[in-house]
Amino acid sequence: MSQSNANDLTWYRIGPVSDIPPLGSRVVQHQGVRIAIFRAHGDAIFAVRDQCPHKEGPLSQGIVHGQRVTCPLHGWVIELASGEAVKPDVGCTPRYPTRVDDEGVISLGVPALPPELTPADDVVHDLADDA
Amino acid sequence: MTRSVPSTPETKPRLVLIGNGMAGMRTLEELLKLAPDMYEITVFGDEPYGNYNRIMLSPMLSGEQTLPEIMLNDEDWYAERDITLRKGERVERIDRLRREVLTQDGDRLPYDRVLIATGSRPFIPPIPGADQDGVLGFRTVADVETMVEASDGDDRRAVVIGGGLLGLEAAAGLAAHGMHVTVLHRNGHIMDQQLDTAAGRMLERTLCERGIDVRVNANTRRIEGDGRVTGVELDDGERLPADLVVMATGIRPNIDVAEASKLYCERGIVVDDTLLTYDPKIYAVGECAQHRGDTYGLVAPLFEQAKVCANHLAHYGIAKYGGSMVSTKLKVTGVDVYSAGKIAAGDDETEEEMVFADAARGVYKKLVLRDDRVEGAVLYGDTLDGSWYFQLMREGTNISDMREHLLFGQAHVGDSGHGATARIASLPDDAEICGCNGVCKGDIVRAINENKIFTLDEVRAHTKASASCGSCTGMVEDLMASTLGGDYSAAPSKKPVCECTDHSHDEVREAIYRQELHDIPAVFAALDWRTDNGCAKCRPALNYYLLCAWPDTYQDDPQSRFINERVHANIQKDGTYSVIPRIWGGVTTPNQLKSIAEVAERFEVPTVKITGGQRIDLLGVQKEQLPAMWKDLNDAGFVSGHAYGKSLRTVKTCVGREWCRFGTQDSTGLGIQLEKITWGSWMPHKFKIAVSGCPRNCAEATIKDFGVVCVDSGYELHVGGNGGMKVRPTEFLCKVDTEAEVIDFTTAFIQLYREEARYLERTAPWIERVGLSYVKRRLLEDPSGRETLSERFANSQRFAQRDPWADQVAAEDDHEYEPMMVLS
Ligand code: SRM
Ligand SMILES: Cc1cc2nc3c(=O)[nH]c(=O)nc-3n(C[C@H](O)[C@H](O)[C@H](O)COP(=O)(O)OP(=O)(O)OC[C@H]3O[C@@H](n4cnc5c(N)ncnc54)[C@H](O)[C@@H]3O)c2cc1C
Ligand code: SF4
Ligand code: FES
Repeated sequence: MSQSNANDLTWYRIGPVSDIPPLGSRVVQHQGVRIAIFRAHGDAIFAVRDQCPHKEGPLSQGIVHGQRVTCPLHGWVIELASGEAVKPDVGCTPRYPTRVDDEGVISLGVPALPPELTPADDVVHDLADDA
Repeated sequence: MTRSVPSTPETKPRLVLIGNGMAGMRTLEELLKLAPDMYEITVFGDEPYGNYNRIMLSPMLSGEQTLPEIMLNDEDWYAERDITLRKGERVERIDRLRREVLTQDGDRLPYDRVLIATGSRPFIPPIPGADQDGVLGFRTVADVETMVEASDGDDRRAVVIGGGLLGLEAAAGLAAHGMHVTVLHRNGHIMDQQLDTAAGRMLERTLCERGIDVRVNANTRRIEGDGRVTGVELDDGERLPADLVVMATGIRPNIDVAEASKLYCERGIVVDDTLLTYDPKIYAVGECAQHRGDTYGLVAPLFEQAKVCANHLAHYGIAKYGGSMVSTKLKVTGVDVYSAGKIAAGDDETEEEMVFADAARGVYKKLVLRDDRVEGAVLYGDTLDGSWYFQLMREGTNISDMREHLLFGQAHVGDSGHGATARIASLPDDAEICGCNGVCKGDIVRAINENKIFTLDEVRAHTKASASCGSCTGMVEDLMASTLGGDYSAAPSKKPVCECTDHSHDEVREAIYRQELHDIPAVFAALDWRTDNGCAKCRPALNYYLLCAWPDTYQDDPQSRFINERVHANIQKDGTYSVIPRIWGGVTTPNQLKSIAEVAERFEVPTVKITGGQRIDLLGVQKEQLPAMWKDLNDAGFVSGHAYGKSLRTVKTCVGREWCRFGTQDSTGLGIQLEKITWGSWMPHKFKIAVSGCPRNCAEATIKDFGVVCVDSGYELHVGGNGGMKVRPTEFLCKVDTEAEVIDFTTAFIQLYREEARYLERTAPWIERVGLSYVKRRLLEDPSGRETLSERFANSQRFAQRDPWADQVAAEDDHEYEPMMVLS
């Protein structure tokens, strides 16, 4: 994802990859929405809304395997890259772009705030340093 | 995983499939799953369509299905995968020297590998007149179309020669079109390959009631007509008028291509355990193949062959086909007939029969047994237990412990379980089959037909039927059998742990010990796991097996545990958790109650409930609150109740001798002791204990995994009970005199279960599988063995008996409980 897309997205540095256990996940809260950040096979980082398309189970609590997660409530399997349920189940959970910089810090892109609340520039919120 | 064969388009090896039917195409599908781009594939089929579901020709004949509905792989399917389909083209032979396939029209196509899957054809006996129009077999769409045409008009008559599965399905189908149908069968009763005389007769009666005329001991002398059939003459001179004659007198493997290519054939094309013919470039699967002397005529074994063959075509080279056991089911709506294995005991004395007959209900069941193992089953009228008998047969389960109940079905080996008695065929479409997920009979049948599925797993995936608690599995299997006409599933006697591997639970366990595998990656590597890091099915199993094998050194892998075990609380439907502290033996104090009340208030717990396990559940706790809450509970002297774990759950007790006027022993105190000794241990599944103070059994000890019933003279020990989805009372293990012996037997039994049951197998199904006699042999007849089991348990408890709540509080694992960040 290039900076030019930053018109629609706000990027947040949310912390180093090592903050998430391998094949694990953690949650980031954004305006009351829980976003699950996954550290999948090969340290691939994905972010999806922490809500299973089936009955809103918290995907962050599932078992991660390959680049998928199995929902803890009724066992649907969600493809992390697309947020889609693996067939024959049908459904999709919103996904969010992520990137990892050279120091191994994850950034998460979330849709920008409504115009009146949007920061003037392409500000990259460096909350990780605040914390 | 990388394949050794290069996959650039120019150099792709060429695979030619001869025979566009169910077995060949299934092999291609399996191959594409394993190695999607490995071959350039050409398919020859002499029928003018893609691949259709031949099983469904019966419903197509009766008008319940149409051709588009029964297509498995339509032409788009081939196009989307870059597979060349040469439909309507017949292959003549294979030029093995030049490695070319020759078509009927003289075309030549070079190959690197050939797969022959030419199926079989109806056997038409040499009866004079059999070559006329209107005489046909029942094998193809074309046959069905001809039959439907012939049925058009008033007062049309059909004669079906052969009263086997195919003949009867043809007869039922033709009768559904309003034809007058007569079935002629040479032997003494119909379906004599699958049914004994009694069941055959019952079936004859049912068919007669439906207007199908069945004649047994009937031989056909000639078929009359003048180029088009007009009738049939029997040996005794009787003449039956007929507008249509269907020959259902057996099938013969189609081996002409193989023979013309000088491949070694006997009755079928001879293949080895990898489905390879005598030519190392040529494989054969399906009805045309002969494996270890057997040819098969049902899809389930053919699909097993397909899986193995694909594995070798993909150069994995690890799978082996060991032959199959098959069961059959007549697919005539409303008629319940099931048969598997032997239909009668042989002459020698080692075989015996068990028979149950209830003519009024129209139910007949027969089991053929040898050395206390099921060798065959014939069921009429009530076929619900067919899949269970078939499973006992496949697994070679010793049935001596359930002899007296065996014929009454799985339900009676202990069940109240819901709905187990319903006759599936007579249920209406809106009958609920799966109570957990609200799935009805009609939904399942539709899913099978619409999604072209053949296995239980697929039905579960598509409908969710039997995917939750599993207690309706028998009914779903029965529905599949009546829709697909046999044991639908690739029925390997060994079931892989999951789709990541071909190894069974038992094999994995053995490898862990034998090859001294100490962590999950080592198991993956040693056993060629197909996925990088397994799945949600295998990882928890492996984590348990490793932990059980190496209690002192294994590093538990939290990411391989289901969330409940990872955070030591039960996840609820809204993502909150429930917290259940251990209340030893169900006995508490005012002080403890106060502490729980305070914690509940402090954390604003929405619901406080007394559980069915004699303790208190705090429901609706936010994950973030868990560590703080545990700390407070720890401070008040509580430890985790493991209400979430595949582990020791509760030890239920009654008041016992201390208070109760009937109490014979200190059941409360003994229960508390047992809980203190066994808590914290991980198991293949959850494990519940109860101790009752007298045979009134107020602690319900006889539906627990291990139950103690105190009597005046000592303690009765009971094992393998289950009070859940399928109620199973315990079986009596033995009686002992002292509390010390109770403890010995409890710990030895638990350890045996821990070491030998498969992951997620509770004690009830485990004991049904291995037999109570086996458990007795290990615990009663071998005292020193029992002692070492107890010792191993005690050793494992040295490492396992830690309060996970305290551990988690101490570890300050904020990554588990805290959000990574709150953005705004
Ligand atoms: C809380 C409790 C119900 C209650 O409010 O009383 C309960 C709640 C659950 N039971 Fe239970 N069972 C509870 C006592 C029982 C009992 C009664 C008993 O233990 O005496 C049984 C029947 C006895 C038996 O197990 O044989 C019981 C048979 C089941 C079963 C069926 C097990 C089986 O083998 O057939 C399941 C499903 C499973 O384990 O796969 C189950 C599963 C569950 C789960 C874990 C469902 C789930 O996966 O989320 C429920 C968790 C809710 C939660 O978060 O607390 N629960 N469950 C009881 C907790 C007892 C405790 O103190 O630990
Ligand atoms: C009416 C009916 C009902 C059945 N019901 C059941 C049931 O309930 N349960 C069950 O398990 N099984 C049932 N079966 C059996 C099941 O359909 C077969 O076991 C299965 O189809 C066999 O698969 P196959 O690939 O070996 O052969 P087929 O499916 O017959 O495929 C072989 C294909 O190869 C083609 N072919 C042959 N020779 C050549 C050649 N030289 N060149 C090009 N193509 C060629 C044939 O035309 C055919 O299309 C039923 C069969 C029939 C006919
Ligand atoms: S607590 Fe047990 S019986 Fe009640 S809904 Fe949950 S699993 Fe079913
Ligand atoms: S909520 Fe995820 S599977 Fe049901």
